[in-house]
Amino acid sequence: MLRPRIIPCLLVHEGGLVKTVRFGDPKYVGDPINAVRIFNEKQVDELVVADIDASVRGAEPDYAMIANLAAECRMPLCYAGGIKTPEQVERIIALGVEKVGLSSGAIEHPDLISEAARRVGRQSIVAVLDVRKTGLLKHYELVTYNGSQRTGLKPAEFAARAEGLGAGEILINSVDRDGTMQGYDLNLVEQVRDAVRVPITILGGAGSLGDIGAAVRTFGTIGASAGSLFVFKGRFRAVLINYPSRAEKDALCAEAMRNK
Amino acid sequence: MITIVDYGLGNIRAFVNIYRRLNIPVEAAQTAEELACASRIILPGVGAFDWAMARLNASGMRDTLDELVLGQGKPVLGICVGMQMMAKSSEEGALPGLGWLDAEVCRFDVDGASNWAPRLPHMGWNDVHPLSSDGLFEGLEDVRCYFLHSYYLRPLAPAMTLATTDYHGAFTSAVRAGNIQGTQFHPEKSHEWGIGLLRNFGAQ
Repeated sequence: MLRPRIIPCLLVHEGGLVKTVRFGDPKYVGDPINAVRIFNEKQVDELVVADIDASVRGAEPDYAMIANLAAECRMPLCYAGGIKTPEQVERIIALGVEKVGLSSGAIEHPDLISEAARRVGRQSIVAVLDVRKTGLLKHYELVTYNGSQRTGLKPAEFAARAEGLGAGEILINSVDRDGTMQGYDLNLVEQVRDAVRVPITILGGAGSLGDIGAAVRTFGTIGASAGSLFVFKGRFRAVLINYPSRAEKDALCAEAMRNK
Repeated sequence: MITIVDYGLGNIRAFVNIYRRLNIPVEAAQTAEELACASRIILPGVGAFDWAMARLNASGMRDTLDELVLGQGKPVLGICVGMQMMAKSSEEGALPGLGWLDAEVCRFDVDGASNWAPRLPHMGWNDVHPLSSDGLFEGLEDVRCYFLHSYYLRPLAPAMTLATTDYHGAFTSAVRAGNIQGTQFHPEKSHEWGIGLLRNFGAQ
């Protein structure tokens, strides 16, 4: 049986790992390679690493860092941050990364998705949708550059377009829930899930394994990603990298997948 | 000595790191000369079929690889697209495959509107059911490995299926035909199961 994927998401800022709240207020939580080693021991399903500086600074992806992460990872790695060209996608995949996440680069030039998929295969292309509720009516809207710019795009529509162009996965990130640990925005997930036929991964808001269970119960075999949940412990948010054991994961998924 | 064919695709360093930890000699080959002295070969792969075939054909190692595998019978393990390339052809591309295996590569037929129907790519951790407990899967139990693909290898000679996995029906997730073996999943990214399989390949 294909299992739901439970995925720590790590944010890189000025060379260190941070965790944000609603895309702001970055708190230092440790060293990227050290975190990867701990997650290796904990046998995580996948890992997402996003460089939150690259796009806003207009910088090239940090290839040396990506190569080191890819070599260290004993689980599949998705890298996101600052990718604007198909050549960059090729180079990053050649470093041993399984998947690349495309956000502002794909929103500004959707051809990036099709050209990158043509070269490296659609299974390695993840469209990353940072979503915020905007305006008086609080409609979902895609935002870019760490949430600072509105695009006027609707998440479900762009997800369908990205799939048509060649994205093999849609990662839905709720800016409003980021770092809040209040649970996933399941309404947002449902809208996007219904619009595409590729796997989806959700991010933003998970505060407990129960939140992941609720998402799996609702959506079946999806990817459930989280930042704070896997780097903080307790109500004072002490930094402690953690991840459910295989038995905990199996029990969680078996319970949530029942009747599916 | 395990030699990993480094034609610019796949996670070469992940294989190297695993074998170093296992104290099994390993090296990556980027030229025909480096490849020529291989005793066991890993052909990795990530990406689209034609892109991978084109890179391998342009690597300068293609003829040596054919000679080692077909002429000298050196053991070879293909990974993901590296395994798919061993087939004759793929629905994903127009270039011919290496043709080492009497097999073709097909797309999963999962088209359906239901939200509960399987999605493509087949992405994530799934069970691997070995048909033989010797060889690559020796000593491995409750095997689950990481998959990332929309196409699968369909053997034209069923005897080469070494393991199956269920995704909208059973498909061949590992093959063995003499000295030629392959896995659709990524052992280099499959924790203890993948490490065990790579150890077994190194010890065969």
